[in-house]
Amino acid sequence: MLRRVLESLSLTDSFMWLTGGAIVAVIVVGSAATLSMGRYSGRHWFDFIIFGLAQGSIYALIALGYTMVYGILRMINFAHSEIFMSGPYTACYVAMALSRSGFLESQPILSLAVIFIVAMAVSTVIAVLLERIAYRPLRTAPRLVPLITAIGASFFLQYTFRGLYGSGFQAYPDIRMLQGAWLLGPLRILKIQVVVILAAALMMAGLYLFIQRTRIGKAIRAVSEDKEIAALMGIDVDGMIVRTFVIGGMSAGAAGVLYALMYRQVHFFMGFIPGIKAFTAAVLGGIGNIPGAMLGGVFLGLFESLGPNLFLDGLGVPSPNQLKDAIAFIMLVMVLIFRPTGILGERLAEKKA
Amino acid sequence: MKSLRLLSLVILATMLVSAACGPKAVAYEDKIGVVTIKPGEPIVIAYWFVVAGPDASLGTDTKRGIEIAIDDKGGKLLGFPIKLIGEDSACNAEGGVAAATKLAANPAIIALVGSNCSSEARPGVPILTKAGMVTVSPSNTAPFLTDPNRGPDYAGYLRTAHNDKVQGAVAAEFAYKQMKVTKAATIHDGSPYAEALQAVFAETFKKLGGTITAQEAVAPTDTDMRPVLTKIAAGKPELLYYPIFIAAGGHVTRQAKQVAGMEKVTLMGADGMFSPDFYKAAGDAAVGMYHSSPDFSAFAAGYKDFLDKHQKKYGEKPLAPFHAHAYDASMMIFAAIEKVAKKGPDGTLYIGRQALRDALFATKDFKGLTGNLTCSPSGDCADPRIAVYQTTADNVKNLVMPETPTWKPY
Repeated sequence: MLRRVLESLSLTDSFMWLTGGAIVAVIVVGSAATLSMGRYSGRHWFDFIIFGLAQGSIYALIALGYTMVYGILRMINFAHSEIFMSGPYTACYVAMALSRSGFLESQPILSLAVIFIVAMAVSTVIAVLLERIAYRPLRTAPRLVPLITAIGASFFLQYTFRGLYGSGFQAYPDIRMLQGAWLLGPLRILKIQVVVILAAALMMAGLYLFIQRTRIGKAIRAVSEDKEIAALMGIDVDGMIVRTFVIGGMSAGAAGVLYALMYRQVHFFMGFIPGIKAFTAAVLGGIGNIPGAMLGGVFLGLFESLGPNLFLDGLGVPSPNQLKDAIAFIMLVMVLIFRPTGILGERLAEKKA
Repeated sequence: MKSLRLLSLVILATMLVSAACGPKAVAYEDKIGVVTIKPGEPIVIAYWFVVAGPDASLGTDTKRGIEIAIDDKGGKLLGFPIKLIGEDSACNAEGGVAAATKLAANPAIIALVGSNCSSEARPGVPILTKAGMVTVSPSNTAPFLTDPNRGPDYAGYLRTAHNDKVQGAVAAEFAYKQMKVTKAATIHDGSPYAEALQAVFAETFKKLGGTITAQEAVAPTDTDMRPVLTKIAAGKPELLYYPIFIAAGGHVTRQAKQVAGMEKVTLMGADGMFSPDFYKAAGDAAVGMYHSSPDFSAFAAGYKDFLDKHQKKYGEKPLAPFHAHAYDASMMIFAAIEKVAKKGPDGTLYIGRQALRDALFATKDFKGLTGNLTCSPSGDCADPRIAVYQTTADNVKNLVMPETPTWKPY
């Protein structure tokens, strides 16, 4: 009996490795074929990488919220995508008002600051309320219960915002300062993407330092390692959990504004796809691990942008860009086959063990 | 022996009784069912449109077309009040199935208007057809829906919208003959509508002598179009045809202006994003681009009245191009109901479902707003007139669609 189980296990294992090997082979052959085709110049590749970095840094910022909540509560906060949506959707009305009054034109930096503050505040309030109302009463419940609650909260928030702002979409106004591109010799970078990448990098660095260097950061890490021992050491566990949600809400709100500045359209359903992608990024990097989430986000963005054109174009696949989600999720499968804990997941697993 | 005689007597009596009420039942028989409407009950018509989400303007626009048609009938048909109900169909296959399943479960529905997107119709129509219902779409344009070989699953489906075969060809002719473009690229979003439209465009364009540099695809929920646009730019096209929907179309339009090598490429969309909402999504990047869409200037004289009523009722101009098609679809349904409905002696109305289908398919020379409608055996009823419009800075600034076409093929 046991032998049979072992046999079937090894069969599964070898199948997984075969699948992994086949995917790697497709990637290598496809990339070689694309590069030898010579359709894209260095400038194109540079563009693909910048597009991927900009998209990836937004995924990374959202992924932080998933990973931090998972680290501290061991639950997937599926309503995080709605925290991401609520801030920029609300701030859009502020942005439109500023644009109508002409203030946006004359004081773009101040206006942007106002938009960011409003978005981050709304997202944070939603995140904290969510924790207080939906998750805290279920702290001692089995793990599946808060998970289902999170999905319910996600729907509740989506349709609340649909009721508040309507079922259509709104568009962020043009901000002249962020339009156009900078030229670096033969290379050309869009201003908005530079802003997005820099802002995201800055926020992530700040957050990393906050978690690693400050007393609160240390306390959050202690709670995520062991709630009971942390409580015995005199750490306010509930307070730390609320702070985690505050940080997650703030980074989601900021990510939302960056996303909205890049893509303009905001609607009540806008959080769904980025939320799923960011969750993927968090798993990719090793869920519960903060640098892992950042790395996972950037990886995912780069795969989405480079993958279809690098791996599939040379193989003659028609319309490869349609398959970018497939590529992103296959990458997730690959990582999970070869490193089930995610890219940086092991360190965390050791600590928890 | 005695009991047998008794039995035959009972049978005889039963037969007599059933014969007494028999003629009534026989007269309102129908192959796939009869809807019975007692006096005072409404005639229920349903829509299945995308009335929520980023593409809601399409559904709202067509829904208003039905509402105005009902108003023009005085809200009544054969003395019975008309009641309009509906479901959101979300402009995707899942939404189409959900809406159709929900509506098919309501036996009071006599006929439907919808769907909006061909992707909803593909899985949704068979569900309605099996329930014995008939639906007339004001805005599905994918060719396979009215293909002569479409099969019995689509027997309850007609449309007043033009077939993509017409629109794709008009767009290609415009690109090649009017714009004198020889290299073009296309983007679709995997929806039956966009995929068929760009395929017809590409086929016609190649036949005319042009080259297609790329036929790319995105997902309707994609936001980052820059990688795909960079890929398209590598083929150096002069025109990009992307007959997709508002959300993704807005992203393509904005980002095309930001991708190296795409700044000068002529942009062209189709009727799926011919809406003020699209201008909101695309912003100033939409200025100068082209749309293929129904030619409103070729509509019947009644269209002006329709616009006045629309303005009065909703306080704004139509939101998308298919309100008149929805109006015509409703009027066709009303005419067919008037033709087949039978009134019982107690004032009850009986409508045979197969009879209603037959009457709709038999529509001939129906004077609608969009032209003279004659339905083909496979359900194509449109009198298609497609033109090309160019967007000006004022259109974007005031969020109104251009009114006069810049080019028409006839």
